[in-house]
Amino acid sequence: MNRSRAVMTSARLSRRGFIVVGGGGLLLAGCGGGKGVGDSQSEGVGGFSGEDYAGPALTLAYWNGFTGGDGPTMQELVKNFMAEHDNISIKNNTIEWSDFYQRLPAAAQAGKGPDVGVMHLDQIATNAARSVLAPVDDLAEALGLSESDFAPAVWTPGIYQDQRYSIPLDVHTIAMYYNKEHFEKAGIKEAPTDAASLDEACKALQQAGYAKPFWMPNQWPAHLMFLSLLWQFGGEPYAEDGSAATYDSEAGVEALSWMREQVEKGYSPDNVDIDSQYVAFKNGENSITWDGIWQINDLKESGIDYGIASLPVIGDNAAAWANSHNFFMTEQAAGDEDRANAAKTFIGWMSEQSAAWSGAGMIPALNAAREEADFTDSVQYAIVDQVEALHFLPAVPGLGDVQAPTLEVAVNEAVLGQKSPDEALSQQASNATKMMQENLEKFGS
Amino acid sequence: MTTRQLAGPEAEQVAVAPRPAKARGDGLVAALFLAPYLVLFTAFVLAPIVLGLWISLHNWDFTLPGKPFVGFDNYVDLFTPGSTSSGPFWNAMQATGLFTVLSVPLLIVVPLAVAMVMNEKFRGRNVFRTIYFAPYVLGVAVVGVMWRFLLDRNIGAVNSYLDALGLPGDTAWLTSIPAAWVALVGVTVWWTLGFNAVIYIAGLQDIPAELYDAARVDGAGRWGSFRHVTLPGLKPVTMFVTLITIIASANMFGQSFIMTNGAPGRETQTAIFWIAETGLQNFQMGQAAAASWILTLALIVLSLVVYAGFRARGAMDES
Repeated sequence: MNRSRAVMTSARLSRRGFIVVGGGGLLLAGCGGGKGVGDSQSEGVGGFSGEDYAGPALTLAYWNGFTGGDGPTMQELVKNFMAEHDNISIKNNTIEWSDFYQRLPAAAQAGKGPDVGVMHLDQIATNAARSVLAPVDDLAEALGLSESDFAPAVWTPGIYQDQRYSIPLDVHTIAMYYNKEHFEKAGIKEAPTDAASLDEACKALQQAGYAKPFWMPNQWPAHLMFLSLLWQFGGEPYAEDGSAATYDSEAGVEALSWMREQVEKGYSPDNVDIDSQYVAFKNGENSITWDGIWQINDLKESGIDYGIASLPVIGDNAAAWANSHNFFMTEQAAGDEDRANAAKTFIGWMSEQSAAWSGAGMIPALNAAREEADFTDSVQYAIVDQVEALHFLPAVPGLGDVQAPTLEVAVNEAVLGQKSPDEALSQQASNATKMMQENLEKFGS
Repeated sequence: MTTRQLAGPEAEQVAVAPRPAKARGDGLVAALFLAPYLVLFTAFVLAPIVLGLWISLHNWDFTLPGKPFVGFDNYVDLFTPGSTSSGPFWNAMQATGLFTVLSVPLLIVVPLAVAMVMNEKFRGRNVFRTIYFAPYVLGVAVVGVMWRFLLDRNIGAVNSYLDALGLPGDTAWLTSIPAAWVALVGVTVWWTLGFNAVIYIAGLQDIPAELYDAARVDGAGRWGSFRHVTLPGLKPVTMFVTLITIIASANMFGQSFIMTNGAPGRETQTAIFWIAETGLQNFQMGQAAAASWILTLALIVLSLVVYAGFRARGAMDES
């Protein structure tokens, strides 16, 4: 809300001025021009040999969103890179992810964007379609990387229209956290692994005096839980070609019904507010919560005695939502051969630090790195089996923009008990399909 | 008050009939003084308004090379039931309207009451004035996050204290209707009443004490002086307060963005919230610009109605 602006304008509105402003805006309409921004595919892409950049010293602008417990680990890596490369210095710019995706296209458009950066895998197609990113096929080739070197399914969503736009650094997913002290008091020996054992655990916890052991969120990360369950029940959220939303399938209804059931069975209170399931977990108010593995460092700091386990298999198969931090190079850097090569040198070096990046609470994307002690000694190693069951959203431009006002709303309404899962999902899936059709047209040309 | 000064006789004179003798010099000086603001006004208000109209006629995503001209399609979409934008947009407009209807009367009356009290002479008056104004100093992010924690359904302080007092302590302040509107309106009133109160206090101090004396001589009690001296004296100020409060309420965004994130469902998503999401997050700027224009026109009409209403009641007579 922009109070001061409202005050400014109104204070200056005399009787006459008021009408002039109102009418003038209309009268003057029609002039002013839209500038079409010419976006030529830049030169200098391709032909990276894999040799470190050896040209004159330069500074690369590097953007990322590691604002949380992952920040210090990234800063350490950047410092190490600069120590090894005298001619490349890195100017780091860390921005909250939500702002990051708003600012990046605008900054890139204005030529003030980064040379290199990190973004989520599900944003690659969108930003490739927006000509923010430059292809890095030659880099992948020079590094000798191919699909088989990585965790399943993380490689292909980085390809948009037959060109590769990113190099994966990690995979991250959601896991089940539980309060060890509560489990001990309730006599639960092992973390639940399926619907039945989770149900038993909740009952045992209630008997041990923890009345509401498993709070069911209706906002973040509720949609990530829903997607995981949808995949577990054998559904798919979206058609691979981006033509339709398909989460109103039977699998989707089963998934969402299960989420609402946790409230109806009394394992979760009604109306859990934003983040409060997690805050409650940190304070020992509840016993089980599903959340991102990136919370590990935060939980460590909170001092709570917690355990972490793979998501229980509620549906027919093990499955979990996942995303991945990916390095990219921008069109802006691609326009200058020196910058492009320096950027690729940086990305190549970074991708080899996959194991050290475990310190940020993530799972290395490179298979080889998951064998290293940096990862095998980490907390998140406990859910290493889940890596085989990870699912990523398909590489469809604009999908993220579709999901927030549709799927997330349906999950919210159903978990709150305002609509039946069936009704909420079919309504929002049909909205989403319409938006996806519009996007196909928009990004198609 | 500013409104009154600008609408006053001097302003009329400058605009309408500069005196012939010193006309040239006066005009130049006036232009020089007006220029800086006019430049800023043109660059940051007028130009964006016009550009916004231009954008609203296109399928405008500034990150894509093509921005096809679509005529009034964006407007037509907003008025076509069943299109991807009309449902959420009118839902947001309805939420905005509801919020405005609920919050504006409170923000006109409560600050007036506060101002009346603060205008009396008593010990610690300045301290109380500061206390009432203090929340306004906070940014919406601080206010929103703080109240989100306080109003949490399960672990918030408000419900906890209500419970301790034996009152129902299980209201879902942020995730159910109508409680969410109570929370959003309540927080907004708490947050911004100080600002309106300050304007009222200034207005109250402008009312000559003789008028009250005269009223007392004529046998008016406290209520009589309030009705026949205070209220008429405050008319121009009340009009100003009403107008800016309507505009501010219709532009509500931060509170619902932070406190409820539009929940439950999209019930508390306001117009600006939807416009920001559509234009700045999803980059559908044409659609968002069209929606902004509809909101703007609605506000202009509403403001004119309010203005005419006050004028009919003689709010402008004094000057």
